[in-house]
Amino acid sequence: MFTAVLYCLASVSLFISFIRDKKKTIMALKKAWKSFENILPIFLTIILVIGIVLAVLSPKEISQLIGERSGWLGIIVAAVIGAITLIPGFVTFPLAAALLKNGAGFMQIVVFISTSMMVGVITIPVEIEYFGRKATCIRNALALIFSFVVAAVIGVILI
Amino acid sequence: MWLVKRYRLFLAVAFINLLLLLLRPSVGLDSIILSADSLQQMLVVIPPIFVLLGLLDIWVPREIMIKLMGKQSGIIGMTIAFSLGSMAAGPLYAAFPIAEVLLKKGSSFFNVIIFIGAWSTTKIPLLLFEASAMGWEFMLARFIIDIPGIVLIAYFTEKLLSSREMDLIYGNKEIGKG
Repeated sequence: MFTAVLYCLASVSLFISFIRDKKKTIMALKKAWKSFENILPIFLTIILVIGIVLAVLSPKEISQLIGERSGWLGIIVAAVIGAITLIPGFVTFPLAAALLKNGAGFMQIVVFISTSMMVGVITIPVEIEYFGRKATCIRNALALIFSFVVAAVIGVILI
Repeated sequence: MWLVKRYRLFLAVAFINLLLLLLRPSVGLDSIILSADSLQQMLVVIPPIFVLLGLLDIWVPREIMIKLMGKQSGIIGMTIAFSLGSMAAGPLYAAFPIAEVLLKKGSSFFNVIIFIGAWSTTKIPLLLFEASAMGWEFMLARFIIDIPGIVLIAYFTEKLLSSREMDLIYGNKEIGKG
């Protein structure tokens, strides 16, 4: 659905742009291609790495690591797994629900959800290309800390 | 030859996957299927994003972007950055090229990090997935906590960078433009 909206938006904009100014539109497309081509090698590498990581770690294995009684260690493990694996968002939540069913602890799962969305260890090389080393490290470190805060607050509210 | 050099990291990882396929066939096959899934996802989402980026780059004048999302844009700039990120589709790494164009056009770094934060955690399409898998209460609680979190992360990321480092980030964009 959302992708459809995105495509409509892009094609309508492209159409209007083309009517207004052919030359500029071609320039825009060239720029689009160039920025895509620039980042393609890292994109492809990351996609392969994601595949390998997800294939090696199965939901059952993860559940065992971050079970109900795994405590602080389990929370830290959950944070690390979430930070490293770059799981597409619409996989994260069903996976989180499945992990909970398989015996993972609630706090551990909340931390896992937060870090998997905000912290991207695998994508750090891409981020550095755009924001530089320092900004990238600061952003990811703060996001990691914030994930624990989210877990603590949600834990207090919902448990 | 330059092609091999540009893609050397990719080739190295592909080689690891190949080894995995030989040593642990089931895991290797799984990983190829999972990679193909993500690749498909990426190829579906990316063309419109990059087309819009190119158009944005050509058509939106710098002055307007500075006014909307620049240093003086205040709460309006924050709201725009937050909405832009929340309405997005696609993985986080698709957000960086957009962030680059925003910076190049004169958006403040603070607003760009808000955009990244929103893109990573409060995407509207994802919230629906979250609500259906984890329940509405969970989704709402996390959403409400995330808003101040995103702003704080952006604030501190900007504060901890010296002006020289900031110039470097903006400078890169100018060179990258060529």
